[in-house]
Amino acid sequence: MRPAGGPGALQADAAERLLGGRSAARQETMLRLTLRRFFRHRLAAAGLVVLMLIGLSAILAPLAPYDPDALSATARKQGPSAEHWFGTDKAGRDIFARTVAGGRVSLTVGLASTALALAVGVTIGALAGYFGGWIDAGLMRLTDAFLCFPQLFVLIVLATLIRTTSLRVLQGSMVPIAVVIGVLSWMGLARIVRATFLALREKEFVEAARAAGAGNLRIMTRHILPGAVGPIVVQATLLVAASIITESGLSYLGFGVQPPTPSWGNLLEDAQAHMRTLPVFAIAPGLMIFLTVMSINFVGDGLRDALDPHSRR
Amino acid sequence: MGGYAVRRLIGAVPLLLFVSAVVFALLQAAPGGPTGAYLRRGAGMNPEDLARLEEELGLNDPVYLQYGKWLGRVLQGDFGMAVTSRRPVGDEIMDRLPNTLYLMGTAWLVTLLLAIPIGVYSALRQYSKFDHAVTAFTFVGQSVPIFWLGLILILIFYLTLDNPVTGGPLLPSGGVKTLGADFSIRDRLVHLILPVTMLAAGWIAWYSRFLRASMLEVIHLDYVRTARAKGLRERAVVLRHAFRNAAIPLVTLMALDLPYLFSGALFAEVIFSWPGMGRLFFDAAGRRDYGILMAVTMITSALIILSNLLADMVYALLDPRIRLS
Repeated sequence: MRPAGGPGALQADAAERLLGGRSAARQETMLRLTLRRFFRHRLAAAGLVVLMLIGLSAILAPLAPYDPDALSATARKQGPSAEHWFGTDKAGRDIFARTVAGGRVSLTVGLASTALALAVGVTIGALAGYFGGWIDAGLMRLTDAFLCFPQLFVLIVLATLIRTTSLRVLQGSMVPIAVVIGVLSWMGLARIVRATFLALREKEFVEAARAAGAGNLRIMTRHILPGAVGPIVVQATLLVAASIITESGLSYLGFGVQPPTPSWGNLLEDAQAHMRTLPVFAIAPGLMIFLTVMSINFVGDGLRDALDPHSRR
Repeated sequence: MGGYAVRRLIGAVPLLLFVSAVVFALLQAAPGGPTGAYLRRGAGMNPEDLARLEEELGLNDPVYLQYGKWLGRVLQGDFGMAVTSRRPVGDEIMDRLPNTLYLMGTAWLVTLLLAIPIGVYSALRQYSKFDHAVTAFTFVGQSVPIFWLGLILILIFYLTLDNPVTGGPLLPSGGVKTLGADFSIRDRLVHLILPVTMLAAGWIAWYSRFLRASMLEVIHLDYVRTARAKGLRERAVVLRHAFRNAAIPLVTLMALDLPYLFSGALFAEVIFSWPGMGRLFFDAAGRRDYGILMAVTMITSALIILSNLLADMVYALLDPRIRLS
């Protein structure tokens, strides 16, 4: 391994540019082609619009006319009205404000845990696929082992541990739940990245880059990884949806985001006791999860078509 | 085949060991440690006896030795004592397991009985109205959070709709049977409707979509055309030739999905007060009963590992193109 940045690196850089580097102009047309293919998928475009609206509502949540945590002794368990669009809960809090604020939490946890799963999954998959041999065997056994755990059960055990041990300080924060979900959901990504790396590492352009003096790390990140971006993006998109479902399910059971911080899941737990009198409370947060997840699934489908080099639509 | 099965079984041992080591490590972090569940047997005894019990349980041994002894007890089915009931954890689980299998088995059967015809038919009538409706249903079914579906079912069939004869709720919202009532098959079935619907809706969506895609892949292949060309009835072509090949991947998929089925069952048992393993686990987490938490996690993981193994072998049996080497 050469030290990075030596005179050889410059040479390698120039050689790479000659051999396989993409010019800015070509990337521009690639992007436009991909976008055009994506928007031809009507459901995906619609999903993207809905997602943007939901995201916007989460970003603008603090502007809602009511504070999601403001209690009221006079306006408890009210039905929907012009004043409180979705009514108020047992503590007089505005359900609309809480639903929107809950979206902020649920979306953040979904994105954060996916980011973590991406980091772990891509690293493990890349190392396994690129180096092969015992590294591959070991890492894939690890992946298999993680797949054997019943995710929800382990999540509940970890949540119980966080509650009853010195980790208690973390309770009420969304960091532990995002971390735990991320750590238990990288396996699909690792497998996909490994498969792409396995397929690409034998290609001529990799050999050319190596001949030009590029090191392992450079080949992995600059030459092979770009080829794996398509499947990674699709898988990560779907993972966001799965993470949102996991978070809300866990919070619904009482082991995720802890009240009074609202999340779509723990709002549903709150709503359960008042379903007869306040059905809208049980419908609104669930409908938000459903819409978000379905939109993400559509977008994922659209991305799959748009990023697949074999589809020429 | 026999040799392959043995090799695969041996291959599963490191996986099981890894899972048990992780469970043991988590137990180490729990208050009372991994042997806390066993120590409760001695609650209320004098300090000397307690010290002797600690020595017997190996609390003073190095960690790897503790793990070994713990594993030994677990392998004999001894998971320690449950906190509240003061009964062995193993007994608690064996009491609940049949209810879980009863619920999951019914939901699984309903799923197969509906997903297979739906998937096959929508593939045969690709782009028909029926196919489009199925596609829409599968998109919805795959995106609905399962626990919310449970709540909505209760909202509709328990809280809103009434039984026209008795005036009570149309369907019961919890339990395996009406409390205090005599055994009747009708009563049992009525109690199954909502939890099974909740579990099966998503699975039907997922598997019918999978089977549709899988059928579309084989239906244009040469051997199907050959079957048709030699004058077989359409029914025979579809069922005996196309479906049999299209369904093989379903076996693997269903085995790989088992973890999700277990978590679905946990939600169903919690929402519909179903006295199964998932409900036991949920209640144990609330009571911080680590003995039960760990035992259920271990047993579920072991079931998942074994079912994956079984699926691989069934796959190999069904598909002679796969060589076992």
